[in-house]
Amino acid sequence: MRLSSPREAADARYRQIVPAGDYWIETVRRGEYLRIVDVEGNQAADTLFFSAADPAERYSAIDTLREQGNVYLSAGSKLRSTSSRVLAEIVADTVGRHDTLGGACATESNTVRYALEKRTMHACRDSYVLAVVTHEHFGLSKRDLTHNINFFMNVPVTPDGGLTFADGLSGPGQYVELRAEMDLIVLISNCPQLNNPCNAYNPTPLEVLIWPADVR
Amino acid sequence: MIYETVIEGGKHWSLSVGAGRSLRLVDEQGGANVGMLFYNPRNLLERYNAPDTLKCQHTFKLTRGHCLYSDMGRIFCSIIADDVGWHDTVCGNASRELVAARWGERSYQAARNDWTQNGYDAFLVEGGKYGLGRRDLAANVNWFSKVAISDDGSMQFDPANSGPGRALELRFEMDTLVLMHTCPHPMNPAASYPRCPVRVTLAPAAPAGADDFCRNFRPENGRGFANTELYRAALGVGATNGVGA
Repeated sequence: MRLSSPREAADARYRQIVPAGDYWIETVRRGEYLRIVDVEGNQAADTLFFSAADPAERYSAIDTLREQGNVYLSAGSKLRSTSSRVLAEIVADTVGRHDTLGGACATESNTVRYALEKRTMHACRDSYVLAVVTHEHFGLSKRDLTHNINFFMNVPVTPDGGLTFADGLSGPGQYVELRAEMDLIVLISNCPQLNNPCNAYNPTPLEVLIWPADVR
Repeated sequence: MIYETVIEGGKHWSLSVGAGRSLRLVDEQGGANVGMLFYNPRNLLERYNAPDTLKCQHTFKLTRGHCLYSDMGRIFCSIIADDVGWHDTVCGNASRELVAARWGERSYQAARNDWTQNGYDAFLVEGGKYGLGRRDLAANVNWFSKVAISDDGSMQFDPANSGPGRALELRFEMDTLVLMHTCPHPMNPAASYPRCPVRVTLAPAAPAGADDFCRNFRPENGRGFANTELYRAALGVGATNGVGA
């Protein structure tokens, strides 16, 4: 479902450009609004959420999908934790569909998907690993890097059980916005993938904005 | 055959299975669900990765020919036989709360061996025996269970997916810690707590040759086998079967 946000960029307490191939890790407080903008279009934002109070409780794709009874994410989707509690809700979405089946790219899965010699190409999982090992105060490690959301990616399931990587539905300036339902650690890899159309073979920047809880 | 047993419904078990072994699972009465997770015993951080397994093989369901991938681009095991046709790996487990809400909780104190265990706690118990905890769980396989997807993305559990005597067989391509439970699938709408036994048979497996069905099922699997054979060759362990070793 496409739904735009009433929030104005000028009221945001935080704005940051995240270049392709880089990561972003920050705390977002309960009630705050987090917007991720696909600045130039067709750019995958591989995103993980953790409870700041207990990072072992984290985003769970399987609980999120099962509880909403649908394999796609959009406005109204409640992002659930490994304890099936609501971490955040998607409150605005100008794209209409986001993926949480495909996971993040990794140098190792790239060898399987494309060629063994692709093992040295940059990948989301390497950005995630660097993020957690250089930000030890969040209490995260490789153990915590699991099944993420791919905002702005379109991965349709076919009725006979196939999985397809379709052209993105997103475009320049499209965005998704979430309201945090508890204090969260949010980890984004701005996907560096060059081997498939998830970034239109041209990885581009994302922008992240945060609004305080009391601004509507 | 090395060993055979029947796991009652609503129970859990674990076993380290070596490369070159197979596990055959039989749905004894129909309607079974077997939750399963896989880890590398040498490095427990290497674990079954459902997203990589699905995207590497462009599939949403699991069946014969598919390989179960770790997050390191290697194959824990391949599905060498399957007369069910569709197994789920995206719906996760029932929790204690879900079991209580749907079927009512029967405590150990009151029901003894007929207590209503849940898949999430079952994995925590089995994983905990190897030092694994909440942070180490991942999207699991649910053998014998099917959840179909409509064009709009909605999910429907198929209660007729499996039947009495239906079986599948996994051939292990590297040493693997296997956690398993026979607790109900979280979307099973049955009126009472399903309690379906599963026969488990451990046996030696013939090596995957150059013409192996799983190796050739998709071009990606050929590279997955090459990664796995490189891993074993570099360590100097296990059977260096097949091509590329």
